[in-house]
Amino acid sequence: MTVKDIALRNLRRRKAKAAFVFLGLLIGVSAVITFVSLIDALTQDIRHKLEKYGANILIVPKTENLSLTYGGLSLGGISFEIEQIHEADLKKVQSIKNARNVAAMGPVLLGAIEVGGRRALLAGVDFEKTRILRPWWKMRGEIPDNNAVLVGALAAQVLGVRPGSQLRVNGRSLFVSGVLEPSGSQDDQIIFTRLPVAQSILGKEGRISMAEVAALCADCPVEEMVKQISQVLPGAKVMAIKQVVKGRMETLGHFRKIAYGLSMVVVLVGGLVVLVTMMGSVRERTGEIGIFRAIGFRKSHIVQVVLFEALIVSALAGILGYFMGVATTRVVLPLFTESHGVAVPWNPTLAGGAFSLSILLGLISSIYPAVLAARLDPNEALRAL
Amino acid sequence: MSYIHVDALTKQYGTRETAVLAVRNMTFEIETGEFIGVMGESGSGKSTLLSMMGALNTPTSGRYTVDEIDVYTLTPDQRADFRREFLGFVFQSFHLVPYLTVLENVMLPLTTKRISAKEKRAMGKEALERVGIGSKSDRLPNQISGGEQERVAVARAIVNEPPILLADEPTGNLDTKTSREVMDLLRTLNEEGMTIVMVTHSPECAHYAHRILRVSDGLLLDQKRSEDSHYIREKERGRKDKIESPIEGP
Repeated sequence: MTVKDIALRNLRRRKAKAAFVFLGLLIGVSAVITFVSLIDALTQDIRHKLEKYGANILIVPKTENLSLTYGGLSLGGISFEIEQIHEADLKKVQSIKNARNVAAMGPVLLGAIEVGGRRALLAGVDFEKTRILRPWWKMRGEIPDNNAVLVGALAAQVLGVRPGSQLRVNGRSLFVSGVLEPSGSQDDQIIFTRLPVAQSILGKEGRISMAEVAALCADCPVEEMVKQISQVLPGAKVMAIKQVVKGRMETLGHFRKIAYGLSMVVVLVGGLVVLVTMMGSVRERTGEIGIFRAIGFRKSHIVQVVLFEALIVSALAGILGYFMGVATTRVVLPLFTESHGVAVPWNPTLAGGAFSLSILLGLISSIYPAVLAARLDPNEALRAL
Repeated sequence: MSYIHVDALTKQYGTRETAVLAVRNMTFEIETGEFIGVMGESGSGKSTLLSMMGALNTPTSGRYTVDEIDVYTLTPDQRADFRREFLGFVFQSFHLVPYLTVLENVMLPLTTKRISAKEKRAMGKEALERVGIGSKSDRLPNQISGGEQERVAVARAIVNEPPILLADEPTGNLDTKTSREVMDLLRTLNEEGMTIVMVTHSPECAHYAHRILRVSDGLLLDQKRSEDSHYIREKERGRKDKIESPIEGP
């Protein structure tokens, strides 16, 4: 017979009270786990979606000139800086500290060409990377191979070409494999081809004009990455497209704040449920506590009985609360996102957190009732019998 | 110095206009192995006296010593230890914990002792055997009779082998036959050396005591050696082995 045995027997006897405390904690813990898991899943989902907005870091050659282009309206010719970037240098970016945050890096070579007596802008790109860097592209036709080009909507209209047409570029015959649909961007006016093809046509083998980088994660240190890339590419100017990054971070931040706020409210309510139920339980057991005190239980023994009961119930609620929270997240997630395949994995750290939270909540909420029980005057308590 | 010393013990409930003196300036002594009966009308202060002797109710003034321990100078935790080591309580309404078995109820005073579970069980079973209900150790209190519940209460009071047993109307809720059985049990414990202080209304039960303290209105009226004491009579007759209970059967 120990203090623990008394606590266990009492739990068995007062099943309804124990169940009420258990439910209070279970709902609190599972709600917090649901919120946290939901935030994680939605953060993951939002990150995937935000990645579709394309590049957020630009690597361009260093120049003393200011750009004379605004909203696609050019007020001056394209100036080609003396310090061009070598394609091979881009590999250095893979060595930066935050290299794993680079979702895609696409080199671009720009150059003016003559097509049917008209001047046009030719861009050599890596079409594999453009899927990430320009997810908004829609085209008629196919991605070009080494003897083909993809023509922007406006350029196709001006040059009178469509998928299947032939173009002569700087004396070289190229097949039009596809035409981009209008996007309202500068891409509408450009003829795209594979990077090696453009380098060959423009006579700039191994060189590029710029590179676009898509970098994103929940806590992406974009400013830090700009510094890191600048260090490995001293001849280039590296710029962050801050608005996009800031917007992404703010969205995630707001979402987190709301979820954490709700979690705190739920935890508070759960704690109050435990407190009120335990207070009721202690009042109900006044006489019993009197007996314990009369036969030599110290105040601390009474506190131990009450807290051990809370510990058992809250440990169970913590374990079950975690599983219930994850299950609830899996059920409600489709209501918050249309994306499929957003994972809600079993997370041992979160499970440990749920367990600790439940025990902490159960014990803290039971301290006052436990002290109240211990302070009962044994003589008065015996009179209650 | 006597084993138990009650010196000018006073208990007042309430203050000023509402003040009630439940126990007034009581002084008496009890020797080791004595069987004391405390008699008086309802509200005379006998239960308050017993609760103060049980270290459960701090007196307003006066001194209470047991084995030279000044009980009310002890801290609350020390008083709890004192109750555990020195006192056994038998209450009128048994005061058993309903969700614990008979054996678990008996083992309750051993809960906070640092002895093995096996030892606790052995002590609990031995106490139940002593009171004659060893076979009912796995029953719950509501599965046994009132007399048996009282025996469980006695077993719980003696499991720790305390030197003093305090009994508050131990036969108050029992029929005559069961009362006699319980009183015989207390007498046996007393013969084994336990000091017993018993509050009672019943003159039949009082006959078991060596000395009777009569209280009225919070005052100790007198304390008489019970000439009519069953124990003393039998002792004088030298026929202790053939004791006949003074309580008539039904």
